[in-house]
Amino acid sequence: MRWGGLAALLVLLALPAVLSSYAVTIFILIFFYAYLGQAWNIVGGYAGQLSAGHAAFVGVGGYTAAMLSNELGLTPWVGMFAGAALAAVLGGVIGYLGFRFGLRGFYFVLLTVAFAEVGRIAASNIDALGGALGLYITFTGDPRQFQFQDNRAYYYIALALLLLATGVAWAIERRRFGAYLAAIREDEGAAEALGVDTLRYKLLAMLVSSFLTGLGGTFYAFYLFSLQPNAVFGIPMSVEIILRPIVGGAGTLLGPILGSFILTPLGELSRFYFGQSGLYGAHLIAYGLLLIGVVLFLPEGAYPRLARALARRRARP
Amino acid sequence: MSLLEARGLSKRFGGLQAVHDLSFALAEGEMLGLIGPNGAGKTTAFNLLSGFLRPDAGSVSFRGRPLVGLKPHAICRLGLARTFQLVRPFPRMSALDNVKVGALARHAHPAAAAARAAAVLERVGLAGKQGVRAAGLTLAERKRLELARALATEPTLLLLDEVMAGLNPAETETMVQLIGRIHADGVSILLIEHNMRAVMALSHRILVLSFGERIAEGPPAAIANHPKVIEAYLGEEYVGTAPA
Repeated sequence: MRWGGLAALLVLLALPAVLSSYAVTIFILIFFYAYLGQAWNIVGGYAGQLSAGHAAFVGVGGYTAAMLSNELGLTPWVGMFAGAALAAVLGGVIGYLGFRFGLRGFYFVLLTVAFAEVGRIAASNIDALGGALGLYITFTGDPRQFQFQDNRAYYYIALALLLLATGVAWAIERRRFGAYLAAIREDEGAAEALGVDTLRYKLLAMLVSSFLTGLGGTFYAFYLFSLQPNAVFGIPMSVEIILRPIVGGAGTLLGPILGSFILTPLGELSRFYFGQSGLYGAHLIAYGLLLIGVVLFLPEGAYPRLARALARRRARP
Repeated sequence: MSLLEARGLSKRFGGLQAVHDLSFALAEGEMLGLIGPNGAGKTTAFNLLSGFLRPDAGSVSFRGRPLVGLKPHAICRLGLARTFQLVRPFPRMSALDNVKVGALARHAHPAAAAARAAAVLERVGLAGKQGVRAAGLTLAERKRLELARALATEPTLLLLDEVMAGLNPAETETMVQLIGRIHADGVSILLIEHNMRAVMALSHRILVLSFGERIAEGPPAAIANHPKVIEAYLGEEYVGTAPA
């Protein structure tokens, strides 16, 4: 397992040398959405608190870094942490409201969606933030401003982000924090009876998750050089974030990554092919069908099934 | 000084007075039985003591500290652990990981907690089930797992809510012996139980609830023949018919 991970990492590090520009773009998206999925996984997977509004953190993180860069000339390398911190503050507020007042299941989902929608509507209507048109970032190609001529730089940054989030999730998994999150996901009342401060640990998970998601917002802004309220704060973004860990296996370390390797190319290729033949939006149908299949046949996600199959093969003489 | 003391506890759910003006004390090292017909308020009393419900009136003190207003996790860390009547194992976690969650309350390091959890599993006779998912255990095993989890938090006082319900006679006997051993190791116990033979055999003293109120209290032998207890369980017409 450990050697397999190392080998995979070496391959990924070497890959841009041989990939076409389009393939590099696909990999950037795979890493980036796996990163967001991993960040979501901490609160949504491990702790089982289904946030469907993580777009809010992408939006707050991205807008903060972009505004700081456009208005004050602050480099996004610093601004990204300011954006992440603001996203974490928002995460803390949402988490406190939801957890303190015991909103569970659908009610928590609605709360998180509502916050993301408020963010979308606010960003669309505040002229200083560019209104409905959004923010544009002038391309300079200056690495100190988080801008790169070469696509491959974004490839490595996205890969580094993914490794960061996976490292954080791995560290959580191994500690008491991780065991407590799993207990909360399984049965909150029973966890509380065993000495788990459920409110505190859920809040901590939300803070870590929203901080990391906020960092991702900066990457989004300075990779695409623009931010539109509907794109970053919208429900489709939240859904994109959630789908990968759910398809891959929520609450597992490799689930979001596996999910992104399955879904992102599928989404891109079907968007490309259906788009070429004039069937705009048909890729969403392919997405939907796949999701139905996963829910029906792999309710735990793909990774747990894959891990069991591998373990069986290893056990065989 | 008593280990646990409840004074004037009351809890109302809408039109139902679940517990009314309940006072009792439990001494250090005691095994106190709590019995009563279905709906008498036993589990509600447990929820009031363990912080899962806040009483409308009254107070609880544990080792001299007031408990009302504390959350269940804080009460657990003070040394008062409980089990649930309908067992609530973490179904997708292994037996060992289930118990480890309890052990983490005292041993923050996961490896130390796992070692402690393994020892507790062995104590309740589940040593061979460490790696089995809780969902795959039998009811009798899940009852013991529930007990093991609470035990792993290293309580001074253990609140056991019908740990024998649903067990066959042989399993019940094993459980009675297990509870006896836990008690002998120095854990005070408050026991809700419908199995009369078990509760009579284990308890030093028994408290009887009916319609949320204490109707009798005393040593097991006296409780078995107490007219109010017979009335509560069987109806007025049976009072005085019990064989002496």
